[in-house]
Amino acid sequence: MGHFRFVWASLWRKKTRALLTLLSLVCAFLLFGLLQSLSVFFSAGADFVGASRLIVQSRVSFTDSLPMRMLPEIESIPGVKIVSHDQWFGGYVGENDQVFTFASDPVRLHAAYPEWVMPEEQWRAFERTRTGAIVGRLVADRHGWKVGDKLPLKSNIFPQRNGAMAWEFDIVGIYDGIDQSWQGQTMGIYIHHAYFDEANQFGRGAAGVYAVVLEDVNRADEVARAIDARFANSPDETKTQSEKDFNKGFFKQIGDIGLIVSLILVAVFFTILILTGNTMAQAVRERIPELAVLKTLGFSDARVTALVLGEALLLCLIGGFGGMLLAEFMMGGMARAAPMFFGAMRADPRVWAQAIVAMLALALAVGLPPALRAGRVRIVDALAGR
Amino acid sequence: MTQALVQINNVVKHYTRGKQVVEVLHGITLTIPKGDFVALMGPSGSGKTTLLNLIGGLDQPTRGEILIDGVRIDRMSSGELSRWRARHVGFVFQFYNLLPVLTAERNVELPLLLTKMGGGERIQRARLALEIVGLKDRAGHKPKELSGGQEQRVAIARALVSDPTLLVCDEPTGDLDRKTADEILTLLQRLNREHGKTIVMVTHDPKAAEYASRTVHLDKGTLLAAAAA
Repeated sequence: MGHFRFVWASLWRKKTRALLTLLSLVCAFLLFGLLQSLSVFFSAGADFVGASRLIVQSRVSFTDSLPMRMLPEIESIPGVKIVSHDQWFGGYVGENDQVFTFASDPVRLHAAYPEWVMPEEQWRAFERTRTGAIVGRLVADRHGWKVGDKLPLKSNIFPQRNGAMAWEFDIVGIYDGIDQSWQGQTMGIYIHHAYFDEANQFGRGAAGVYAVVLEDVNRADEVARAIDARFANSPDETKTQSEKDFNKGFFKQIGDIGLIVSLILVAVFFTILILTGNTMAQAVRERIPELAVLKTLGFSDARVTALVLGEALLLCLIGGFGGMLLAEFMMGGMARAAPMFFGAMRADPRVWAQAIVAMLALALAVGLPPALRAGRVRIVDALAGR
Repeated sequence: MTQALVQINNVVKHYTRGKQVVEVLHGITLTIPKGDFVALMGPSGSGKTTLLNLIGGLDQPTRGEILIDGVRIDRMSSGELSRWRARHVGFVFQFYNLLPVLTAERNVELPLLLTKMGGGERIQRARLALEIVGLKDRAGHKPKELSGGQEQRVAIARALVSDPTLLVCDEPTGDLDRKTADEILTLLQRLNREHGKTIVMVTHDPKAAEYASRTVHLDKGTLLAAAAA
């Protein structure tokens, strides 16, 4: 029996209490894993994108379209390299399965988004096929779609000219991400803007937002100000911001995820701190005479302190890792159930690192006070029951 | 002349209880030779346990000197005393004080965790100590699965396992019936006679004291007389 086995045996001194404490720790870290991953997942959309693009949207709201006539004007602004445009289509497969669908210009999309990779002949096919659509790898795999298939989509925004909400496109390409991170984002569909523009009932010549690729990322603020100044006091005033800020704003429609997550976790960990701290304090109080015996046998104050602290650490690590693994397992289930929304959600190394820091901090917070008390036990008094 | 193992010179011990300072031992001087088996007797409050705690290095005197095997322990720091106790003293308590979460074998192994021995050697030593006290077949039992006498034997095995020079026993039979008490005392006597352990035992019980080779009486913190058994 080494020290570890001794600590392990001490941990299970009162099995029911230890199990209940462990369960509460598992629950706390399950919540931590899920919520932190959710927070990272939402902010990832923002962190993920390059800093070299600006997004131009209507000053009122990004749900207000901007006229296509603005395109050459934006292109003429110094510092602008390429301009692409996207229109949110509001696409559904079947009744309820939403897919992120945008109407875009194939040539501009290709130029502005080097992160999306696809064989050149598929890019060419997208350019020349007006009913063409390119589909992200993840969404294609999920639905079993391949190049050459018909793609039936419903829009919850744009009816066709005949009033039908059902559209049909031809899959001409399946795009991947340029690296592993971007591969996790291949959950969208791009349809040909020219076809969409002609066929929808609401009229032509509108883009949802413009994506502006800069010649020099260091001039982003200057170019953004120039774009907004160009359209100031016009019927279509703009708000230009980095793609990262735009995405953050998009996710903030749901709420300040980071703040909500932080508040929930503070409440959870405060509760768990009190609960586990009380358990540890009680466990040490109950065995003051045993700790005195250890000291009698020659265990130093520091060693007794370390043993009690080790117990708290073991408790927090088992509960913490248990909760985090359970969170991973549940996220796997969520990803399978709703891959469009949770496909890329997982506890990445950052979340694991945060969890491990939280486990260590918790162990220290709940273990140190009773451990120091254990270290200070006076043998003679403890053995005499004082 | 037999070499002195325990040399106590003019030891005084004060306790502070609230605002009151109580002198428990008043200038005790005592010599215990190596290989001796001494019974410390006296009424409750006479200072026997206090003296035993000082001899075992569990407490420090207020004044005076305590030398064990020629080493002064009365001025050692807490850490030094811990290390010294681990190497030189085995303790046996009235209520056994075994750790309930550990088996008999693991309880006996505990003091060896402070040595550099490997796991295999520690287990071997623990089993040997259990064999000496006649409990080899109870190695895997937890304290609550043992009788009082068996628990005390495990405690003695734990005291023996690191092969200390000195065994310090505080009322080792105080919680046992006469027959079991006799068995435990016989075992202590055997450890003294056959294994050469020096034993200092606190007891109220004159019958227990008969197993010792010498009895020392304390009353109100003062040494009265030493009688050979």
